[in-house]
Amino acid sequence: MTDGRRTGPMRWMKGMMLKHMPLMITCAEFESFILAYLEDELPARERAVFDFHLKICRECRDYLAAYRRTVEVGKKTFEDPAAAVPDAVPEDLIKAVLAARRT
Amino acid sequence: MVESLLKTAPAAEGRDAEEDELIDGVVAGSESHAERLVRTHIGWMRAVAFRLLRDDGLADDCVQEALLNAFQKIGSFERRSRLKTWLHRITVNQALMKLRAMKRLNEQPIDPLMPEFDENACRIEAPWPRLASTEEIVERESVRALVLSKIGELPDNYRIVLMLRDIEELETAEVAELLEISESNVKVRLHRARSALKKLLEPLLRGEAT
Repeated sequence: MTDGRRTGPMRWMKGMMLKHMPLMITCAEFESFILAYLEDELPARERAVFDFHLKICRECRDYLAAYRRTVEVGKKTFEDPAAAVPDAVPEDLIKAVLAARRT
Repeated sequence: MVESLLKTAPAAEGRDAEEDELIDGVVAGSESHAERLVRTHIGWMRAVAFRLLRDDGLADDCVQEALLNAFQKIGSFERRSRLKTWLHRITVNQALMKLRAMKRLNEQPIDPLMPEFDENACRIEAPWPRLASTEEIVERESVRALVLSKIGELPDNYRIVLMLRDIEELETAEVAELLEISESNVKVRLHRARSALKKLLEPLLRGEAT
């Protein structure tokens, strides 16, 4: 196994199993469900299939954890005041708005 | 289209008499009420504009235009939402108009940043022996700056959806209306934007880069 590009019979078997066994979905199909899963929009049956895939697929489990962390990091970064313009609004901007309103 | 969105903003929560008095004063033409409105709201409006436009000067222009727009329309503001919610929509809309006018909403390809699958539709994902915590990643200012610059690398048509949904916390339907695209398109773009950002942030998420 190198850099996650696992090859050989085990990976081939996994692919066949996900593709052909009942109540299984491929990783590509899993990918298309992620947003609906996170927004709690999946019907119960699809949710169960999604959860089962998560249990048996290390790659998708890792991927989803990193995806969730990405969203958290994005939100948290923008909570930082440095991500915004400085708190002090230039007085001339305020005056310009008020002057333009009068015209 | 955006007009209807502004009028149907979420129901007002905790409307207060002070806000009603402020709006009534502005509608009546009071200069002091107008100044109070500007001073109360211009700071966060400027921050919203800056997050979307990534330029101080453009953000200032945007906020000025948004406030003038708000003054013109405040007489027809139906007060079904908080004043701040209404001003937020106006600011976002003004920023989007600016981006469109500058033709910065370009359609760059995002495919190189998308997840990979093999011929059997199995995901190709290197093992994650370690996933850094959110706190660990954002605790340092230099790293937060790096995250901001990575978000800035996303193609605008994806970055804007990510910003409006995840940062400005607008609903899918609102984003669809503001951008004049379908809700399913918003969802596709949001998912791709997050996936692409995950790829861009991987060294940080793995605790490898500082």
